[in-house]
Amino acid sequence: MRYLPKSPAEREQMLAAIGAHAIDELFASIPAVYRLQRDLDIPRQQAESEIIGYFKAAGQKNATDYASFLGAGAYRHHRPVVIDAMVQRGEFLTSYTPYQAEITQGTLQAIFEFQTMIAELTGMDVANASMYDGSTGAAEAVLMAARITGRHKTVVARSVHPEYREVLATYLRFREMPVSEVGYVAATGRVDLAALEAAVTEETAAVLIQSPNFFGTIEDVAAIAEIAHRKGALLIVTIAEAVSLGVVKPPVEADIVAMEAQSFGVALSYGGPFCGVLATKEQYLRQIPGRLAGQTVDANGYRGFVLTLSTREQHIRREKATSNICTNQALVALMATIFLTVYGKEGIRELAEHNLAKAHYTAKALAAAPGAKLLFEGAPRFHEFVLKTDELPEAWQKRLFDEKIVGGVDLGRWYPELAGATLWCTTEVVTREQIDTAAKTLAAVPVEA
Amino acid sequence: MAYPTNYRYTKEHEWITVDGGVGTIGITDYAQNSLGDIVYVDVPKVGDTLTANQTFGSVESVKAVSDLYSPVSGEVVEVNELLKTEPDKINAAPHDTFIIKVKLSDAAEWDALLDAAAYEKFVTEETGN
Repeated sequence: MRYLPKSPAEREQMLAAIGAHAIDELFASIPAVYRLQRDLDIPRQQAESEIIGYFKAAGQKNATDYASFLGAGAYRHHRPVVIDAMVQRGEFLTSYTPYQAEITQGTLQAIFEFQTMIAELTGMDVANASMYDGSTGAAEAVLMAARITGRHKTVVARSVHPEYREVLATYLRFREMPVSEVGYVAATGRVDLAALEAAVTEETAAVLIQSPNFFGTIEDVAAIAEIAHRKGALLIVTIAEAVSLGVVKPPVEADIVAMEAQSFGVALSYGGPFCGVLATKEQYLRQIPGRLAGQTVDANGYRGFVLTLSTREQHIRREKATSNICTNQALVALMATIFLTVYGKEGIRELAEHNLAKAHYTAKALAAAPGAKLLFEGAPRFHEFVLKTDELPEAWQKRLFDEKIVGGVDLGRWYPELAGATLWCTTEVVTREQIDTAAKTLAAVPVEA
Repeated sequence: MAYPTNYRYTKEHEWITVDGGVGTIGITDYAQNSLGDIVYVDVPKVGDTLTANQTFGSVESVKAVSDLYSPVSGEVVEVNELLKTEPDKINAAPHDTFIIKVKLSDAAEWDALLDAAAYEKFVTEETGN
């Protein structure tokens, strides 16, 4: 496909063909007062060499060689180079979403393998072809729970990623589905089970939690499932850090798992595209939103792949469709599929153990600084932790920047009661030397005169 | 296939037969033939309350998912559990395979339904044959 602009002569030709004299005539139905009477105020056209120069200069403004302890839903992991080599193959890249599904057997097979690996990892029976991201996956899971239970209220833990909760609120606002929030225990950062027990009623469709939660703490999924199920509500567990599944027991007690798979080989790319995952038990198969690749045999008995249950999708069922998701993140899901294939079962476990060990080393090293202490110590966690310092974060963040280190993020942005406490994450790409430098710099509190 | 004369029908292609205040409901031969191979039937729960002309479930074939409309109002007293594993029974014997049984709350609703002759005429007009 060529993307070439039209020449003036071609424009004249096209206008003549439809019997118009000028392009303005095509907009005659828009009152003149609403039409722009001048050219757009944008820079003049640039030559290719100028454009390359512009972007090179802009690229130099990026802070590229910093060590980062940021996490909070977006994680920096090593991406095997084979991922980009594979996804840039034309067969995958140009037919990134299967519009003529059965022609693109390779794409369908990749989606089928993605679904299979996700189902195994999450401990669920079935996973769909992917969603936009973890937050929309969680919101779709809530709508799914409402369809299954015939109820419309949702209880969400405050320890779920604050931005996931915002997306959920957007989804539910115009459906008039009420959401209530349940707090966390100060000592552990875990869901307050007594408050949850009080909040869940016979009208609750879904309880939504995250584990490891936003503070990095692993929730007691079994106990929460018990509370939800006792009232006939479904339990949805969302996971922002997919690598955690290498060491954390999958949430098998959940009815639906809504996960962000960005950690599986997807670059951070300034915030997207990410890769959402929705997995569930077989009994809820027909209420899964989006598409699903299935395996079958063709007329000659050979293995083949098809989009299955698409009779419930909107291109067939219109306004009665299960959901209005009409696409998936096929190319990004392919990145995750390749990542999982490269690492394998053992590799994912080793990667997770590596992250776990480094994060615990970091937590201990940072907490040794004067006036610093860890919060939520009373529960197991994965590779994120919360640090409270006597010194204001802005002060030590500046010292860390000077050492080319980005420290933890201030939780006060989302949790007023935790202002000054910072959320840190250590993945395998941060070196021990960088951790030691961060700890030393944090400890170098200026002595007051 | 002949439409039983002791049944009544809807323009949405459901049939109903009533015995002792309980209506037995299924879909017609015309409906199953139009849908093709049926792979799944989504039914309400026993105890659910239905309203005449409102959807009570759906039937899924390899081609499409179609809503099921209740011919009468009342309470669901039985669902055909066999359809969970053998939904294609509907294709094989549409008029002998019920989907749900409903305790009627308004017996007069029966009178508003089509009899076999009227339904057959309706189907003929709809298909133009």
